[in-house]
Amino acid sequence: MKGLVRATLLVLMLGSFSGAIAAAETISVGSKNFNENYVLAEIIAQLFEARGFEVDRRFGLGGTLICYEALKKGDIDVYVEYSGTLSQAILKLSGQPSKAALNQLLATEHLQLLDDFGFNNTYAIVVREEDALARNLNSIGDLAGVDDLPMMFSHEFLERQDGWPGLAQSYGLQQVVTGIEHGLAYQAISDGAVGVTDAYSTDGELVRYKLRILQDDRKYFPEYFAAPLVSRDLPVAALNALAELSNTITNEQMQALNAQVVFGGKNFAQVASGFLASRKLASGSEFSAHSIWPNLIRNTLRHLQLTGIALGLAIVFGLALSLFVYRFEKTANGIIYFCGLLQTIPSIALLALMIPLFGIGMLPAVVALFLYSLLPILRNAITALREIEPTLIRVAVALGLSQKERLRYVLVPLALPQIFAGVRTAAVISIGTATLAAFIGAGGLGDPIVVGLALGDVEMILQGAIPAAILAILTEMSFGLLQNKLSGRR
Amino acid sequence: MTPCVSFEQVTKKYGSHTVFENLTVQCPFQQTTAIVGASGSGKTTVLQLVNGVLRADGGLVRVFGDPVPLQGIEQFRRKIGYAVQSAGLFPHLTAFDNVTLVARLEGWEHDAMQNRFAQLLDEMDLPIDVAQRLPRELSGGQQQRLGLCRAFMLKPKLLLLDEPFSAIDPITRTELYTQFQKVQKHEGVSSLLVTHDLREARRLSDYLVILHEGRLQQCGATAQVLDNPGNDYVSALVESQLI
Repeated sequence: MKGLVRATLLVLMLGSFSGAIAAAETISVGSKNFNENYVLAEIIAQLFEARGFEVDRRFGLGGTLICYEALKKGDIDVYVEYSGTLSQAILKLSGQPSKAALNQLLATEHLQLLDDFGFNNTYAIVVREEDALARNLNSIGDLAGVDDLPMMFSHEFLERQDGWPGLAQSYGLQQVVTGIEHGLAYQAISDGAVGVTDAYSTDGELVRYKLRILQDDRKYFPEYFAAPLVSRDLPVAALNALAELSNTITNEQMQALNAQVVFGGKNFAQVASGFLASRKLASGSEFSAHSIWPNLIRNTLRHLQLTGIALGLAIVFGLALSLFVYRFEKTANGIIYFCGLLQTIPSIALLALMIPLFGIGMLPAVVALFLYSLLPILRNAITALREIEPTLIRVAVALGLSQKERLRYVLVPLALPQIFAGVRTAAVISIGTATLAAFIGAGGLGDPIVVGLALGDVEMILQGAIPAAILAILTEMSFGLLQNKLSGRR
Repeated sequence: MTPCVSFEQVTKKYGSHTVFENLTVQCPFQQTTAIVGASGSGKTTVLQLVNGVLRADGGLVRVFGDPVPLQGIEQFRRKIGYAVQSAGLFPHLTAFDNVTLVARLEGWEHDAMQNRFAQLLDEMDLPIDVAQRLPRELSGGQQQRLGLCRAFMLKPKLLLLDEPFSAIDPITRTELYTQFQKVQKHEGVSSLLVTHDLREARRLSDYLVILHEGRLQQCGATAQVLDNPGNDYVSALVESQLI
């Protein structure tokens, strides 16, 4: 009897324990910041939700490395990667290793590449149909010697092992090339500003803008089969759900899904839901076209939160450091110089550097914004403290004020207007830079900008850019008013 | 009486440059000692050795018989009044806050501060309505009077005056001399006045110390030194400034 009670209790406990786990199970789905990756990530997210999981969407991360680092760090559990990108750009392998070979290497990082969606989104070199006809361009090799078509490629393509450097070598191309944001390339090529660019073979724009894919005779580009790249901690039920997506999308179907977003006026949620319903994978819940206001308010609040925290920390730390070092000229100069160096690191690079240390999301963004805010605050504070009339300090000493009392009653109040000007500059810089935080999943007004760039959707970009500009102007103005008040009092 | 300040064989150097060597001077109690010399003669250094901003490299500086302390130097300085050229008022503080800053740090009651402040304004012939003004809203003469009020605020026994009258027009300066001497008598304070102006020294001081190129040229009762210059430098100085 006693044994039976104990066994029952044990079963009950185990049951409630595992029940608690299932209820709390949240899967973080990441995406890169281009159209197709958003669509696939949203499909995965909605499928998970249909299978009873909670989903945390960390979309629009700024590039392959950011996604991969976030996955390794455990900040996201899954994102869609391409086999070619994985082998060449991430694992630095040559040739076309098998999926099993890739998975063997990924196992050491506790990651796994699942079965692909069925389409091959390889790089494509594209030209306008009319240019192709006029110059008889059919394959990439035909570009050799063509010098009247400006070549612009996405930044990632220019840098990658399997991108431009190898392509140029393989086909003997010697043209000078420049970089362009991928989301802007189509607009640029259709306007005629660009003659040749890189595209993805499943982009919805190819048909729309009448672009010709030049044949890759030499089979230079590796295959880019899209597949979920997941953490090995992903629950079996989630793996099973992802298995339902394997081999469900052809190249043409992916082009069509992409085009629905870019030209069909649908959002990612609607396209994903339509797809899942058509495949009978999920019931296809209704997603209305999103209203601007709730997003705008959420993004603005997050933006203020990011800049507010970063600025607050920079003020406290920057002032404390200034008060500590301003008397030691060499140390102070060294610190100012170091902060100046920080300022020269491009924002997106600094944000990316934060990921191995702090993962993705708000923390690395706050740290990066904090670092950017330090220079104006430190430099103004140190300069102001140093420029105080030496007689006044001599008098303060002679009157018997201690070091602390001199700071509190004489130095800081005298330096305050200039310190304040530094804080003002830092605030405005932070608000501008914080739009980039969306690339590492921190949200804010950069979110619509990143999505808008991915879609070439100017209206969407403006939904982030205009409020950010207004915020910057309001900050500038209110700090100005405060400053006048402060100086009016003295 | 114990001298208010005495220098006993004091040597002061900045690196390899010797400001003065073996300086021995005694400044009499409750009198005004003028320290006169050209710029670079080390006269400001004398004041900084008295309030412990600088330390002697040799010899001993005594204030009212005791060596300048190594510990608690801030408390020690608060017992010494200090006034400089152009007043050196803190530009962000009102006249009242400038004069009473240290009193507040010393924990004076507000009423006590106000009474003392009003008394000093009255003695220095300043209208009470300057109290809430900022230094930049006051004339140079008013600022300098406030600088002297600040020096007197905590009822010090010793005043260090670093050319406090030199940046003022001659008419105002003469008024200031009179007011200053009145307050000084009333407060029973000993003063060390650094100046390059021998006429000012004659007007204000009882005892005169003449420094030149790091050496004591002559010291003694002011009238006596001026009537009987002890060497060529002192006679030249007297001739150029007083005759």
